Amino acid sequence: MLNSRLMPLIRKEFIHIRRDPRSLLILFLMPVLMMFIFGYAIDMDLKHIRIGVCDLSRTPASRDLIETLNASPYFDIVARYSDPRKTEGLFTQRIARAAIIIPADFARRLAGSPESPIGVIADGTDANSATLVQNYLENVFVSQSLKQSSSGNGMPIRVKARMLYNPDMVSAHFVVPGIVALLLIMIGALLTSVTIAREKETGTMEQILVSPIKPYEVVLGKAVPYLILAFFIAVFILIFGHIWFEVPMLGSWSTLLIFCVFYVFTALAIGMLISTLVATQQVAMMLSLVGTLLPSVMLSGFVFPVASMPLPLQVVSKIIPATHFLVIIRGIMLKGNGPMELWPSFLAMTGVGVFFISLAVKRFRMKLK
Amino acid sequence: MAASAIQIIRLKKSYQETVALSSVSLDILPGEMFGLIGPDGAGKTSLIRILTSLLDPDDGECRLLGISVQQEPEEVRKVIGYMPQRFSLYPDLTVGENLRFFADLFRVPKKERLKRTEELLSFSRLGPFVKRRAGQLSGGMKQKLALSCALIHTPKVLILDEPTTGVDPVSRREFWDILKTLKDGGVSILVTTPYMDEAEKCDRIALINKGHILAQGTAAEITQGFTGTVHALFSRNLPALAGWFKHRLHPSQVQILGDRVHVSLFSDAPETMENLYREANREGLSIDTVEIAAPGLEDTFISLIAEKNQP
Repeated sequence: MLNSRLMPLIRKEFIHIRRDPRSLLILFLMPVLMMFIFGYAIDMDLKHIRIGVCDLSRTPASRDLIETLNASPYFDIVARYSDPRKTEGLFTQRIARAAIIIPADFARRLAGSPESPIGVIADGTDANSATLVQNYLENVFVSQSLKQSSSGNGMPIRVKARMLYNPDMVSAHFVVPGIVALLLIMIGALLTSVTIAREKETGTMEQILVSPIKPYEVVLGKAVPYLILAFFIAVFILIFGHIWFEVPMLGSWSTLLIFCVFYVFTALAIGMLISTLVATQQVAMMLSLVGTLLPSVMLSGFVFPVASMPLPLQVVSKIIPATHFLVIIRGIMLKGNGPMELWPSFLAMTGVGVFFISLAVKRFRMKLK
Repeated sequence: MAASAIQIIRLKKSYQETVALSSVSLDILPGEMFGLIGPDGAGKTSLIRILTSLLDPDDGECRLLGISVQQEPEEVRKVIGYMPQRFSLYPDLTVGENLRFFADLFRVPKKERLKRTEELLSFSRLGPFVKRRAGQLSGGMKQKLALSCALIHTPKVLILDEPTTGVDPVSRREFWDILKTLKDGGVSILVTTPYMDEAEKCDRIALINKGHILAQGTAAEITQGFTGTVHALFSRNLPALAGWFKHRLHPSQVQILGDRVHVSLFSDAPETMENLYREANREGLSIDTVEIAAPGLEDTFISLIAEKNQP
């Protein structure tokens, strides 16, 4: 396959890469930057929620409850007050996002009934945290009431959800593999489309086409070097995510890396296709960014689960390579899946890649228009 | 068999409304340097791109060394050297790397490549710059490198599209000297240029405008076809004189050439130089002397274009 004309093309491409260290640096730094932004900003864990406490009971039991809340990493008590009417002021002045009112008869009711006797008021403008505050408080109260009713009678039965594969519900474990999928498809498409567009723009493509070169040699000559480069970027960001964000690796590295090669190939195929549509580097860049990032973020299941999309969008999501790769990478890293479980996604992903590349080869013309 | 180096038969090409080539036929002999002369937009680049198999013609045929460009583009690509109008080498590759890359594209064997590179570097005098990146060369050196890359596989036919546009006069002259050397070495050359002085260095020339070949032959043959008279006028105020003639006649009939103004009068024109001379004097323009000049290529070309425009 590596015939005597392909090697020089590949060698030439690596010279281009080497002579442009700034772009190379950007290629490796951009993923780190994006990981920081996404990894930390899309933190769906709530911690240090500011709450206010209005203790009307003033009993050891109520103080015990307040201490429990204060000790947890999820809550910071920012206001203690004794007039329940002040509660609203906490929200309007954005001092707290939730408030807890412990009634005067708290200790008595706690002894009598297992029902949580406490008023929780949450700021509904931030629906996400309101729900979480409520859920969390409920949990605290349950354990609290269990502790209090040491006699054991009247133990309340509660449903408790256990999260498999991501037991601590750490968002980073969920988000980082998604970012890997996002970055690889973007970088792969961007690299190939821009380098081909550059040759068209500067006229070197014209010079190459006048030589006895074959179309597949032109395409492979571009694909192979950037496949190698993008693969190294993939390894780099995977290791970075594993070490910095402590994303677990339950499956095998080698399986993941092999799947990565095919995913990167699919990304390059998209880049090739884009390069056959455009004439300048700028347009190639724009089209690659919009064409990969937007669908990969919105429709792949990175943010919104595919299953909850309307049917037409679910169909569209199937031709987005990131959809399949997300299943693969989350499966391998978080669930410890192997090829046996993942082959349908693998086939679908590679199929999309083959589809794009054959479209690109078909559209690639050895002529000028 | 003494086949033509390049044979162009009734070639036609249009882009939507505009006709780039309307039935162009040319014959370029082996070992000949042939110049295709015409203004911008005359159809030169379209013709070259069809010849180099980069563009498909609407109709007609062309053959290089007897090989049909339309039927066997890959065979043709092996025997031609092509230098496009724009500098199209890799600016981030060095002179040596560019040469090496194009040698590899044409599968030049290593031994031959090294020998050929040596030759090309010495005659283009790029030897001291082998390790310099192509983007950092001067305009003239870039052109010589592009030519060297086009020659790396020792093509029998060399096709150059406006190779000296935007190159300084000294480098232009040097470039043409190199072309002459190549021609003497037996390479057939087709070169396009908008410069008349360059055209005169070619063995034969074709004048092209708006997709039509207006004339072809040696420079002498073409200028013989000029049917009017060229007058060289000398004056202390050349610009004013030229301006007056341009206004009085057609701008294309008047040219300032150094210390004189050339005014071409066609044989069927109603004006005579005597009348014009008197008219100019009445307008207060001083004309010192009037001489009859030999028509140059440019005069001929202009008169041919003017003729074509007058139905």
